[in-house]
Amino acid sequence: MKTVKVYGPGCARCETTAQMVQDAATELGVKVTVEKVTNPRDIAMAGVMSTPGVAVDGQLVHAGGLPDAAKLAGWLSA
Amino acid sequence: MSADTQGTMPQRSRPDWLWYGGAALAGILWLLLYRQLIPFSDWATSLFPVARDSHTGEAIAFFLYDVPKVLLLLTLIVFVTGVLRSWFSPEKTRAVLSGKRAILGYPLGAALGVLTPFCSCSSVPLFIGFVSAGIPLGVTFSFLIAGPMVGPVGLGLLFGLVGWRIAAIYLVFGFTISTLAGWAMGRMGLERYLQDWVRELNAGPAPGLPEERLTLVDRMRIGLEQVREILGKVWIWVVIGIAIGALIHGYVPEATMLRIMGGEAWWSVPAAVVVGIPMYTNAAGVIPIVEALLGKGAALGTTLAFMMSVIALSLPEMIILKQVLTLRLIAIFIAVVAAGILATGFLFNAIL
Repeated sequence: MKTVKVYGPGCARCETTAQMVQDAATELGVKVTVEKVTNPRDIAMAGVMSTPGVAVDGQLVHAGGLPDAAKLAGWLSA
Repeated sequence: MSADTQGTMPQRSRPDWLWYGGAALAGILWLLLYRQLIPFSDWATSLFPVARDSHTGEAIAFFLYDVPKVLLLLTLIVFVTGVLRSWFSPEKTRAVLSGKRAILGYPLGAALGVLTPFCSCSSVPLFIGFVSAGIPLGVTFSFLIAGPMVGPVGLGLLFGLVGWRIAAIYLVFGFTISTLAGWAMGRMGLERYLQDWVRELNAGPAPGLPEERLTLVDRMRIGLEQVREILGKVWIWVVIGIAIGALIHGYVPEATMLRIMGGEAWWSVPAAVVVGIPMYTNAAGVIPIVEALLGKGAALGTTLAFMMSVIALSLPEMIILKQVLTLRLIAIFIAVVAAGILATGFLFNAIL
């Protein structure tokens, strides 16, 4: 069970990123809960300056733009 | 690594030579298309049952010439910018700016504002990230003003539609305003006008992400992605802007233009700024209008002031920034930038 946080103020790319995480997890058969963090304060406190940002189990792994699908699979299966 | 699960990604398997070859081919195709713009618009205009030199004919010709031209220019500019900006990131910019002495910080902040990729939707986290890292408020403002004001799309289109002289003037003055406005606001000690929660924020050093190593092909992929995303978003603004430009070009008599936007009327500069602030479009939409205005004899200072206030001061951005800035600080921000724009407008109307 992994907890994935997607940081972003609700822009189109943030939604896409959340969906990508969900899809990748389904494909890999990994159980995840995806949490969208939209509060600007929480986004900033997580150290994310370019959205969308992605954290897996509390570890920030990505910031800025859509994540690469292959890397996403890597984070989820690590 | 479970490599076999990643075989579903088709873009991974595209070999490098295909990217290089494709880029070269696209470049040649671009040039060929660009050189056909005038014959194409002449031919397309002749399909309409109106005389070429009538008002309607002029407007249609302007529209049919500018739409493909702006879209072609935009594609090239966005791609090149996307590739160049892949060397920069807000995280790196923050590291550079937080270690700089204040006086160097303002021009550097403005320069990095142009080069760092960021979208207005993440300007709040970016603002907080900068301020909490100890970057002076004024330098942060220089960064935030320069980003939209001296953006490559605006400069590139100005260069392509109006000419290099005006593009160069715009670059120099846009950059100067960003630097000086940030400096002036830095001197005012405005920290107390941040929203309370931002002032109390004491973010430690952000967890650094491991630096990604990108190949040239990765960067080209980023550029292409940008083209797809930005053109998909702005094309409608481009078409609207060109339609307005075409109407001005075809129908507005020069005498009227000279009376409203000529250099004689001193009030035309402040009026252009006031009209420009609530207008929300982007550089790609406003520059065809600028092209038409200048073509009809509008004064350069007035036109520059209009363009700068449309691009640099936008209401939606202010609403986003409201989350971190108090209304009072937003008002100061608008006033300082508007003062810089007014000064530029008056200066050019006076010397030309």
